[in-house]
Amino acid sequence: MKVKNKFNMTLTACSANESFARACISAFAAQLDPTLEEINDIKTAVSEAVTNCIVHAYKEELGKIYITAEILDTNAIKIKIRDKGCGIEDVSKAMEPLYTTVGGERAGLGFAVMQSFMDGIKVTSKIGKGTNIVMIKKISLRYNNG
Amino acid sequence: MSVKIDVTGEVVTAYLIGDIDHHTAKEMRENIDNAIELNMPTLLILDFKDVSFMDSSGIGLVMGRYRTLAKTRAELHIMNAPPQIFKILKLAGIEKLAKLGGYSNEGKK
Ligand SMILES: Nc1ncnc2c1ncn2[C@@H]1O[C@H](COP(=O)(O)OP(=O)(O)O)[C@@H](O)[C@H]1O
Ligand SMILES: [Mg+2]
Repeated sequence: MKVKNKFNMTLTACSANESFARACISAFAAQLDPTLEEINDIKTAVSEAVTNCIVHAYKEELGKIYITAEILDTNAIKIKIRDKGCGIEDVSKAMEPLYTTVGGERAGLGFAVMQSFMDGIKVTSKIGKGTNIVMIKKISLRYNNG
Repeated sequence: MSVKIDVTGEVVTAYLIGDIDHHTAKEMRENIDNAIELNMPTLLILDFKDVSFMDSSGIGLVMGRYRTLAKTRAELHIMNAPPQIFKILKLAGIEKLAKLGGYSNEGKK
């Protein structure tokens, strides 16, 4: 598996950057010629991971979000989203559908969306150090005669 | 304006506009909750025709309104969700809380 193209960005963890992050990654993924559904899946998963950094990782501070995206020669995109926030105590519990530590308006479905819309996800986290999310999406090869 | 409200008798329709994420959901929620409080509808229709994107913050928005409406036994309907939004509504099992309508197969035409 070789990396054909790569980009890095660091964002301030403010909510205005949720739509900006989605737009950047979807523009970068466009070179794989994804379907509209594939691009929407990627945008939704990125939105979930970035929102979690803003809402959960940095509750009281304006921290930084580190994003890397790589185009792989297997026609896939690998996306890493990392924060240096509070960390997650029990990752497998946090990933259960409907589990949320913030009641009220959060649905607890962020990880469920990332899992179901992407082809692979790995979450590593350390209390007080931060959380690292790696997601992969394979893009279907399309042959058009046009 | 991210929400347009229409009131007809006991029915409140909220037309949601643009992206629904954690950044935009708060204002939408406040607008819809104001309309519920003011009109005490027996039916709230959330129309997604002009929603360009939605993540699980939108699911939180729908579930929250469902809980508010349940207190007065009012109903919730969801109309015209585009394919991307329909997919996430299904993942969340929203059809157990609200009637979904008007989505047809528009995205597949
Ligand atoms: N980057 C993160 N840093 C710290 N905690 C997180 C992070 N991402 C997720 N979590 C924890 O995992 C839980 C579940 O996340 P998620 O499935 O996205 O649901 P929600 O965001 O609606 O709470 C969150 O409530 C939070 O406790
Ligand atoms: Mg979340």
